[in-house]
Amino acid sequence: MPDLISQWLNQNDIFTVMTLLEYWNGLVTTVHLVFLSLLIGLVIALPLAILRTVRNPFVSGPIWVFTYLFRGTPLLIQLYIIYYGIAQIPGIQETFWWLIFREPFYPALLAFTLNTAAYTTEIIRGAIIATPVGEIEAAKAYGMSWMLRMRRIILPNAARRAVQAYSNEVIFMLHASAIASVVTMVDLTGAARNIYARTYAPFDAFIFVALIYLMLTFILVFVFRKLENHLLRHQRPVNS
Amino acid sequence: MKKILIAASCALAMLTGSVQAEDSIRIAFDVPYEPFEYKDENGELTGFEVELAAAMCEEMNAKCEFVIQAWDGMIPGLLARKFDAIMSSMSVTPERAERVLFSKPYYNTPGGWFAAEGFDIDVTDMDAMKDKSVGVQRGTTMDTFVTENMTGVVNIKRYNTAGDMVLDLEGQRLDVVFVDYPVGEQTIKNKDGFIEIGESVKLGEGVGVAMRKRDTDLAKRANKALDTLKENGTYDAIMKKYFAYDIKV
Repeated sequence: MPDLISQWLNQNDIFTVMTLLEYWNGLVTTVHLVFLSLLIGLVIALPLAILRTVRNPFVSGPIWVFTYLFRGTPLLIQLYIIYYGIAQIPGIQETFWWLIFREPFYPALLAFTLNTAAYTTEIIRGAIIATPVGEIEAAKAYGMSWMLRMRRIILPNAARRAVQAYSNEVIFMLHASAIASVVTMVDLTGAARNIYARTYAPFDAFIFVALIYLMLTFILVFVFRKLENHLLRHQRPVNS
Repeated sequence: MKKILIAASCALAMLTGSVQAEDSIRIAFDVPYEPFEYKDENGELTGFEVELAAAMCEEMNAKCEFVIQAWDGMIPGLLARKFDAIMSSMSVTPERAERVLFSKPYYNTPGGWFAAEGFDIDVTDMDAMKDKSVGVQRGTTMDTFVTENMTGVVNIKRYNTAGDMVLDLEGQRLDVVFVDYPVGEQTIKNKDGFIEIGESVKLGEGVGVAMRKRDTDLAKRANKALDTLKENGTYDAIMKKYFAYDIKV
């Protein structure tokens, strides 16, 4: 049976077993990179968002600078600076940092993580400061400490408000990851570019990869709809 | 009324047709690709192919416009009529010839291997080359050669521009770069600490002007201009400005 499939596949120029394998490897790289950067980015963003709402400018100021820098410059430029810039620092090749930055994966992961952390920080901060004053006053009236208020009242409600905006950020990140191919990573776009360079069939090579991105986006949208339904179930009308 | 309309549209078609005929020929280059096409200190486009293109246009009595286009959009851009000819070191290959019309080749250079000083491995020795990083520009004949001969042995890294690739060689991310010989000579060998290694490899039948398949007239004119330039010494004069050796075919 596998012989039959490979025989059938090899009858056309584009979708041979070899190119499909190349697309598959690209898919694995893209998912790996995007998933890790989103996960680490979210973990960084949560404390930063809370600290960003603190009144003391010495605490919130630096975080504002960080989010401003990373939201104010194109991700492609950030990736170029991290990938090519770091390699130009004299003597970097002799330090242990080079083990990390030699391969394109970690520079790309770092750029993507910092970028998504900046956006996510602002999304969560927006959700936190939108907390109705009444809820906070009620919590205070119950004698809740700052910690308890955060944990029980502010953050759970902020998550409900943030989830829709965050789902956009996740999808943007998936699509932004296409630029990883400029630093020699063979992600989905990199695989499509290689296949295109071999076959000179831009339509076939790129439409196929576009369909894969659409499928990934579809899965993300589905997961976030489930999550929204779960988080916002108290808003559903009765008997629905 | 109908007749007038038809006559008017015919006249219009002739008018626009004649305008199109005198319209300039747009020629695309991917820069920087020293010494074939690059920008000098004043930001002016120059190089061997740029000068040759200018000489050809003069020979053809045509007005030409030079366009800058990144390598991986070259053939689609040509087919989409964003420009009419490519003179950007595009080697004639059977795969490309299926999509575009090539003129006679106007130069041929080998691919050369370049590395940092102290690299003393024979590039044809596959055991010794195992797991070395080799950089090529995506979609070039050098890419095809490395893909066919070294896949699974070395770690092939493909770059969009030669500039990025040289940066990574300097940054020690690449052990070896396999690039069009004159480009490597100009941008790598001229730098301190970098050398040429091994034998250069002759690849394919050379570089030609790429045009749309239907533009056979343009191809004829280009071929004629090339022949004249090669005979009357203009070609040699331009070549000597950029190369110490012969790349004429």
